[in-house]
Amino acid sequence: MTPFKERIPGFVFLLFALSALSALALIAAFLFVEGVPLIAKVGVGPFLFGMKWAPSQGLYGIFPMIVGTVAVTLGAAVLGVPVALACAVFLTEFAPRAVSAVVRPAIQLLAGIPSVVYGFWGLIFIVPAIRTWFGGPGLSLLAGSVILAIMILPTIISIAEVSLNALPRLYKEGALALGMTHWQAIRTVLIPSAKSGILAAVILGIGRAIGETMAVIMVLGNAVALPRSILDPARTLTTNIGIEMGYASGDHQQALFATGIVLLLIIMALNSLAQVAVNRRRT
Amino acid sequence: MRMSPRLSQNLARAVIWASAVLVIGLLLFILAFILAKGLPTLSWDFLTQNPSDMGRGGGILSTIASTLFVTLVAVVVATPFGVGTAFYLTEYTREGRMTRFIRFGAESLAAIPSIVYGLFGFIFFVITLKMGWSVLSGGLTLAVMILPTIIRTSEEAIRTVPKMYRDVGFSLGATKWQTIATTVVPSALPGIVTGIILAIGRCVAETAAVILTAGSALQLPTSLFSPARTMAVHFYIMAREGISMERAYGTAALLILLILVINVAVNLLVNRFVAKGR
Amino acid sequence: METEPKAKLVLDHLDFFYGDRRVLRDVNLSIPENGIFAIFGPANSGTTTLLRALNRLSDLSTESRSTGRILLDGKDIRDPGQSVTELRRRIGMVFDVPVPLPMSIYDNLAYGPRRSGVRDRATLDAKVEDALRRSVLWDEVKDRLDAPATRLSGGQQQRLCIARILALEPEVIVLDRPCAALDPVSTGKIEESLQQLKERITIVIAPHSIQQTARVSDRAAFLLSGSLIEEGPTSRMFANPQDSRTSDYLTGRFG
Repeated sequence: MTPFKERIPGFVFLLFALSALSALALIAAFLFVEGVPLIAKVGVGPFLFGMKWAPSQGLYGIFPMIVGTVAVTLGAAVLGVPVALACAVFLTEFAPRAVSAVVRPAIQLLAGIPSVVYGFWGLIFIVPAIRTWFGGPGLSLLAGSVILAIMILPTIISIAEVSLNALPRLYKEGALALGMTHWQAIRTVLIPSAKSGILAAVILGIGRAIGETMAVIMVLGNAVALPRSILDPARTLTTNIGIEMGYASGDHQQALFATGIVLLLIIMALNSLAQVAVNRRRT
Repeated sequence: MRMSPRLSQNLARAVIWASAVLVIGLLLFILAFILAKGLPTLSWDFLTQNPSDMGRGGGILSTIASTLFVTLVAVVVATPFGVGTAFYLTEYTREGRMTRFIRFGAESLAAIPSIVYGLFGFIFFVITLKMGWSVLSGGLTLAVMILPTIIRTSEEAIRTVPKMYRDVGFSLGATKWQTIATTVVPSALPGIVTGIILAIGRCVAETAAVILTAGSALQLPTSLFSPARTMAVHFYIMAREGISMERAYGTAALLILLILVINVAVNLLVNRFVAKGR
Repeated sequence: METEPKAKLVLDHLDFFYGDRRVLRDVNLSIPENGIFAIFGPANSGTTTLLRALNRLSDLSTESRSTGRILLDGKDIRDPGQSVTELRRRIGMVFDVPVPLPMSIYDNLAYGPRRSGVRDRATLDAKVEDALRRSVLWDEVKDRLDAPATRLSGGQQQRLCIARILALEPEVIVLDRPCAALDPVSTGKIEESLQQLKERITIVIAPHSIQQTARVSDRAAFLLSGSLIEEGPTSRMFANPQDSRTSDYLTGRFG
């Protein structure tokens, strides 16, 4: 057997390694302890599907926010995913070396910009532009979608690029050898072969969009009513917490934790979905 | 209707190039806008004076200090745990149920929205552990948040170290720990440092998780238990409540400059690391 | 000449498994003290596994499992009382590609002695110089001991790896196809230094070619699919193999 002294580092490292799991358990536990009693009090149905959020009257329905979250995220995906995938294909297939050496760090930089800066930029440029061109208050689902579409670009581009890069060179060469154009090879061979990785990239990008708070607070208008069009203001699950946490107490605060539980569950489900996509690629 | 292959090829190429140009254009637009508006405000006085009158006057020294302290706490706490986890995953176990659990934990943490970290930090550190809105609460919350970043980058860095180094170390009569400390750690260090710098970037940029845990007091923090307002939070409050646009832009410009420096540092390190690996 | 020399290493009914795969089958072998002992065979015959078993590097693979005994000076190397690190200092190992550690030439040489507790600079200096001289590298590197070891040529790097082991003053050196990645000139230099080292050290080598086996070894063992086919003085085995499979392999009928 290995002498005891030589086994100490391994044991210490194991303790460190359990930190991530413990943190996850703690987060889930504290969120649930705070939020579940309120959900129990209000009822799961009225909480999830209630149309009215009015803490002063004791009404805690988050359905408008669920709709807001879904709508703004969908909009971000529609706007952002095609651009992001095009960029990933650009980096792997079209960009000359010198160009990709500039574009790649630039995209990394895009990921590093604080979300409040995005939100502020959106408030100054996107919101007035929407007001002028499309009418309405400007602070709207559309504004939120545009900002989120930009913010999820780095996530999708980098993961999609990795999965495109992981394809064997022979795939492309084989397709070209059959007389396909470069684009035909990309469309019919490369993208289908990398599709589970690309799917994971899109799912994780969507996860980021759902979780974003500060940028969205600044451009979404934050009305608690159900939005009727993409030009209406709205509120998401995250912004609901972000806006009201500062002054909430009692049941109201618990309701915000309950909102956090819903958010956490959605994110965990998406994350598992992405894992499934990635694992399918491996086998 | 079917497009000719040649036409579709040219069209696709044009669209793809246009997307790349669009993304870079957006980035430059955002950077140029913030820097153009904010750089004129950045003066020595702005950086070295505390804010006065709720931020309407004075500089942003206390928020710079707060950012520094909160980030420092987060990195000091998260680094041993993150790097330790990476060493456990790469050197001290084999792939199995345990590693799957640990990776699941890390990947889940990475996916959790920062506002949820804020909720957790608030109820756990601020309320339950009675740390109050403080540098410590904010730093610890961020530590949990950056843990997966550090784990992932460290793990990747350790995996690029040639496997043979371990054999050589062992065959020269070194113990496992000696072998790792003398051959693997030095080789993986640039990659590990890269991960830590990336994590610093996330801490500096974070708003939602900090505002709920470190608070938004404008005084210069004097201890771990002082409340603190980081630069990102300061910018958010100034811009949202329209307190002083000039100072908001100045704060944002400094934030952007910091992020730029961090990104350049990461790229230099990564390039050196890659060059050395060959 | 035919007096039976003392056996340095004895493999006694050695079986080795990776998972369900049996890599060595009931190998019985006696390796005499000093001299060069070659273990050769076609690819995947288990030579590397056998060599790595000698200083227990193969223990590192969690899938591996073995039965039988390996005796060093008559004592089982897997005896619970036997320190692995101590064993590995007595039995040095050289790999098929040169692996200089990412540090200076001097630090590479001093690596082993430092791990075994030598701190005194003068002692280290002496060990480094002595090891470099014995691996015939001293004249080429004495002016740049602080240079990174990775800057040396491939052949120099491999001699550095040998010197690194010599600094531990081992009793046995195990070399796994040490010249596989080297040019003929570098290979010649290494073979030359092995001829000098064998006077005082037991050398076990898996040559990368049949020709190298013939050139360098005093005794040889032919391994095929994990089984020992034949063992004896190299000159006798090459002139007059006893087993038809040995002669088929030596004459190039397979492999």
